[in-house]
Amino acid sequence: MNCKGVIREVSNYIDGELDLTIRQELERHLEHCEDCALILDQTRKSIEILCDSEPIPLSADVQSRLRAALRDKLSKKPA
Amino acid sequence: MLFLSGVSHLLSTADPHRLPSSIAREDEHLLVAAAKKGDTAAFEELVHRYESKIFRLTKNITGNREDAEDAMQDAFLKAYAHLDGFQGDSRFYTWLVRIAANEALMRLRKRRPGQLSLDEPIEGDADLMPRELEDWRPSPEREYAQAEMQGILAEVIEKLEPEYRIVLVLRDLEELSTQETADALGISVTAVKSRLLRARLKLREKLNRHFRQGGTN
Repeated sequence: MNCKGVIREVSNYIDGELDLTIRQELERHLEHCEDCALILDQTRKSIEILCDSEPIPLSADVQSRLRAALRDKLSKKPA
Repeated sequence: MLFLSGVSHLLSTADPHRLPSSIAREDEHLLVAAAKKGDTAAFEELVHRYESKIFRLTKNITGNREDAEDAMQDAFLKAYAHLDGFQGDSRFYTWLVRIAANEALMRLRKRRPGQLSLDEPIEGDADLMPRELEDWRPSPEREYAQAEMQGILAEVIEKLEPEYRIVLVLRDLEELSTQETADALGISVTAVKSRLLRARLKLREKLNRHFRQGGTN
């Protein structure tokens, strides 16, 4: 497997979705290719950083509009 | 049933947002069941629990605060209207994410008529090979204050093309499976994987500009 082959599969590799043979080929390449190992490492790290993204609190105005719309809807739906 | 009516009773108190911690997390299905039976306070608790996450989702998809607010509100209203149709074969939150993603996508398409095609095959892979290869500073996530890191992430996500950031947000941030993402967007699993690969590589490249050694931005 060459560098392009590794990059094509890097996302599937991170998700653990590669067949054993392809995974082993990819890992053999990583053993001697620093560039691909760096890309894999930084892509993984990027996903981790993205996962740390925080929810966005609603402003008081938006929250009160949402509450009002909900109460309006909730009061109309039969139980 | 005793526990359920207990939940309903607690949620029907003046402030439904102050739940005892013992039932505050693992009770989603109880809240959904109570809401389905007409317990409006139970549904309000679900809204309270997920509103800031759903707002993050709609903001990330639309890239526009006003659209994100409207999409979030309509998502909750639709979820309530269609609650009877929720079968419980996925988490309520996953179901809600699908509704909210759809609302956000509708608004994005209105702003960009004819420009957003999620299922269009990606031609070739000339753009695939990363160009910027530099070591990152060790533990960049610890170097930045939380607010600063959130700012960097918001900027980076906004700069991604919508067809990439939508898949990235659903798969990696909302943790939908590949199949759930495909179902939510009405595209094939192959298309999800192809866009996710590019989205992740683009995310790395954009973060690289912030985190590379010796770089300031």
